[in-house]
Amino acid sequence: MVTQDGATVTARSIDATRDWLERNLHSTSIIETERFGFFYGREQALREVSLGIPIDGVTAIMGPSGCGKSTLLRAFNRMNELYPNTRAEGTIRFLGQDLLKADPVAVRRHIGMVFQRPNPFPKSIFDNIAYGPRVHGIRHRAHLAELVEESLRRAALWDEVKDHLKKSALSLSGGQQQRLGIARALAVRPTVLLMDEPCSALDPKATDRIETTTRELAQELTVVIVTHNLQQAGRISDHVAVLLAGGVLAEFGSTRTVFASPFSEQVADYLSGRFG
Amino acid sequence: MRRPARALRDDGTAGPPLDLRPIRKAGLRGLITILKERWDRPVFLALASVSLIALGLILFFIFREAAPILRETGLSGFFGTHWNPTGSPASYGALPMIAGSALVTVAALVLAIPLGFAAAAFIAEVAPRWMKDVAKSILELLAGVPSVIYGFFGLMIVAPAFQRAFGLSTGRTALTASVILGIMALPTIASLAEDALTAVPNSYREASMALGASRWQTIRRVTFPAAFSGLIGAAILGMGRAVGETMAVLMVAGNAPQITASLLRPVRTLTSAIALEMGETAMGSTHYHALFALGVVLLIIALVTNGLAEWFRGRLARKHGR
Ligand SMILES: Nc1ncnc2c1ncn2[C@@H]1O[C@H](COP(=O)(O)OP(=O)(O)O)[C@@H](O)[C@H]1O
Ligand SMILES: [Mg+2]
Repeated sequence: MVTQDGATVTARSIDATRDWLERNLHSTSIIETERFGFFYGREQALREVSLGIPIDGVTAIMGPSGCGKSTLLRAFNRMNELYPNTRAEGTIRFLGQDLLKADPVAVRRHIGMVFQRPNPFPKSIFDNIAYGPRVHGIRHRAHLAELVEESLRRAALWDEVKDHLKKSALSLSGGQQQRLGIARALAVRPTVLLMDEPCSALDPKATDRIETTTRELAQELTVVIVTHNLQQAGRISDHVAVLLAGGVLAEFGSTRTVFASPFSEQVADYLSGRFG
Repeated sequence: MRRPARALRDDGTAGPPLDLRPIRKAGLRGLITILKERWDRPVFLALASVSLIALGLILFFIFREAAPILRETGLSGFFGTHWNPTGSPASYGALPMIAGSALVTVAALVLAIPLGFAAAAFIAEVAPRWMKDVAKSILELLAGVPSVIYGFFGLMIVAPAFQRAFGLSTGRTALTASVILGIMALPTIASLAEDALTAVPNSYREASMALGASRWQTIRRVTFPAAFSGLIGAAILGMGRAVGETMAVLMVAGNAPQITASLLRPVRTLTSAIALEMGETAMGSTHYHALFALGVVLLIIALVTNGLAEWFRGRLARKHGR
């Protein structure tokens, strides 16, 4: 979308992007890692991870706690490097481009993120959603309002908040705050949405709403979600990557196949709830 | 298995289920036990009362010595525009000093607030660990330099430089005082502002960066607004530092009791008037009482600024208090 004031937010449809991928890269993976490793100081959090995130559907990243799920997710939008003394090895490609050599600010415009704990800014609901577009130079009030409504609708929050957009986002419930986080990420029209255990602080009802929303969003963009909840992964994901202790990728494939007949014994143990 | 000692009554008697009575032993040994265990309370109480009493005495004394000015010049006389205690007729208008203090303080803050906030943002948001430590120790060092040294620096270096640069007859002006005061208020403002920025939860920064905001955009649009109350508190305390500073201002401000908006002319501040003149007045004279009345004005400014600063800083703590 090109606005009157000349600022833009991406709006390439998922179909157009898939066409482009197939024609130019002969692939359907929007993000591809190759022997990707990641270090916090001396500690290695990921080891030689190679996988391709399919453009369609929801990809779940699973594994016991501390195995590097968040690290892998945060590598996709270059958030890990905000910590001191980190180092990456191997490659990550996003739409064929070297993600690790790209401008991190540009990367984050196209790959949005929802955090584990709801973290709205201490601003109004409107200003929370309009934050991203504003940062990217959109000033025009009507366009901002349009983007805010569109994003809140996509995050299934519009009906609950449309009459008090000026109220502080901190006054919302936990589940609403998390959907606000989704709307905030959607407002810059990302191509990929990363979600790091978005339901871990929510009750079952709020969790259900986020899951439904996530499924719907997957029609329009690529969703990668970290979860250590097997049932949740079973309900919402089409593909699943299982990491094991030490940051090793143990399994990657369609959720149905991996759940039904995992390759590795350790993954079978993990999936049957015997550890992790 | 551990049994809760003396906690639960199981003898079926009436009375509270938990025995919360203090353990008491009889006689001298009991007293010693109590002193050993409870010595801190009376000691702290005594220390706190001593400082409260001292503060009360100071306030009482200053107000008592200032009060006669109401009888001798009246309120309108005291808030007059001329200060000439040794002239005939003598005049005791405090406005030149109030204006002088206001002028140098405002100008000092115009210098110190942007610099202090920038330094705070650098330390809290940008600098790597080691640079943070270095910068913080430099600020502490600056805060620890005796004010007479700042005055000396102003007198020997800043005043002559301004005299030459602006072609003045004297370099001891409001501008020189403002620059020196600005430097002196800088550590206060920078370190308090840094506290305020550090108190902003990291999750706000992450959310902003993840939306594609640059570090600078994040500081300007998220961190600073979230820390706003604390930043205001820092600025107000810096102002208190500037208003109350005496020695350095006295050395470089030129000390002419005149009402002016020009930074290039000498001014006398409330503090320097008291410090300069108190030694040459007869105890109990009108001049003496007028100087105490200047002290009351200073005290009120100090109380108001401290109160406001605490309120703003408390608001910040409540906002992120989780
Ligand atoms: N900021 C950090 N600094 C140092 N070590 C970290 C940091 N974040 C994570 N780690 C380490 O990296 C490993 C993987 O962490 P993480 O990706 O958060 O795991 P998960 O999300 O699967 O629980 C853990 O051993 C953790 O201690
Ligand atoms: Mg995690």
